Amino acid sequence: MKEILSKITKDYLHRMVKEGKRIDDRDMLEYRDIEIKAGEIEPAEGSARVRLGDTDVYVGTKMEVGEPFPDTPNSGVLTTSAELIPMASPEYEAGPPGEDATELARVVDRGVREGDVVNTTELCIEEGEKVWVLFIDIHVLDYDGNLFDAAGMGVMAALLDSMVPASRFEEAEKEEDYPLPVDHVVVPATFTKIKDQILLDSQLEEEKIADARLTVSLNENDEIVAMQKGLRGVFDYESTKECIRKAKSICEQNRQKVLDAVGRENI
Amino acid sequence: MASDKDMKLIEDGTRLDGRDFDELRDISIKAGVLKRADGSAYLEWGKNKIMAAVYGPREMHPRHAQETTKAVVRARYNMAAFSVPDRKRPGPDRRSIEISKLVSEALEKVVFTEKYPRSVIDVFVEVLQASAGTRCGGLTAASVALADAGIPMSDLVASCASGKIEGQVVLDLGKNEDNYGQADVPVGYIPRTGEICLLQMDGNLTEEEYEEAMDMTIDACKEIYEIQKEALKEKYSTELEEANLDEVIKEA
Repeated sequence: MKEILSKITKDYLHRMVKEGKRIDDRDMLEYRDIEIKAGEIEPAEGSARVRLGDTDVYVGTKMEVGEPFPDTPNSGVLTTSAELIPMASPEYEAGPPGEDATELARVVDRGVREGDVVNTTELCIEEGEKVWVLFIDIHVLDYDGNLFDAAGMGVMAALLDSMVPASRFEEAEKEEDYPLPVDHVVVPATFTKIKDQILLDSQLEEEKIADARLTVSLNENDEIVAMQKGLRGVFDYESTKECIRKAKSICEQNRQKVLDAVGRENI
Repeated sequence: MASDKDMKLIEDGTRLDGRDFDELRDISIKAGVLKRADGSAYLEWGKNKIMAAVYGPREMHPRHAQETTKAVVRARYNMAAFSVPDRKRPGPDRRSIEISKLVSEALEKVVFTEKYPRSVIDVFVEVLQASAGTRCGGLTAASVALADAGIPMSDLVASCASGKIEGQVVLDLGKNEDNYGQADVPVGYIPRTGEICLLQMDGNLTEEEYEEAMDMTIDACKEIYEIQKEALKEKYSTELEEANLDEVIKEA
């Protein structure tokens, strides 16, 4: 069930954007209020709840002992899934993840994986036999736009909050739980293009009229570790460069918010 | 029900978490917490964390599930993968399908469904953190969410369970009590009429024990009913005050 935005609303939004204004009076490159809370879910190895304006996302990690992939016998396994449950929006339906949920999970996963956020070599228990399997689950409760940044920051906070549950598994290499080995802090910044304007953190209505979307994930050294262009529209080369340039200071702030949420100054 | 002699559930006449036999865990409910949903409620009950949301009445899909004379109340109970110690595989399993059905039926009793023929009222219950008694928590939160959505109802449903541990009938089983206890009786109760709209039981109880359990549960449901009403008052009384204030200003 796709929601329909009335033409009058669309026109109004387009007109506003043209004048360089936003419905909630934000600047083009301003986030809504971000609230990150880590450790909300006890049974999880690590967890975080992110509220980005009215968007509300929970992230939880779970770990178990399993087999490594044959081509990477000495590394742990990482799996990210996202559920866009029907609670979060009248558009979402129950059932297996659709393309939107899959894209969300994969974009966030790419940031974590390509950014070498988790030191998977340390998650090897016995080469070729036993490794830690890390599940990252993204659970969206309220969808008011920009799930990518909310989920991306939530995943990072949940990972920093995670303890490897060695005490629960006989096969584990240690007897006591220990913090998940995290090497880098990767956070995304998602830009939306509407006509010729580029906006940060679009809320629902803006997202609905968006032509294109660009997510840039950076690590603490300002290195790009993942990017994703979404939706049917296009970006020109110059504006992608501009987004990356702007992403640096934006990701810096987001990274700080994640670190604050887990009570750390650095990793 | 699994019984484990090694797990001591009562020591010196008190329960593991220090509660009396007829004492509820702490319950708090907040109404209207989600933006997109037509109605919602967030509930914390002991260590349970549960969100309920309502969409509708809206058009029923699939069409063949429509009822020509009334709305269908369709609940979906779902546990987050990270809500329990061993990761739960996402998606419905037999347990959650059963609970969804029971919650739907329990709620349908209090909703004036005849007002919305051919439509569906979707109720979503998401268990974010589970610690025994999630179906009762879910049902309790769901009725607040229905009220928050402005659905005409004859009453709220309050829900709670009692059970038996080490031969003693106790109210509101905690996690270990649920895992290692001898019986569990979840109940959905309609306070205004005294009707029971959900009842399950597993384990082993004598008739006397059953009555003892039910008496405790019904008293507890009345307590929970007050918490539910408070949650609704808290949301709507403040909005009313603001609205009145605006009017006063306008008149002045």
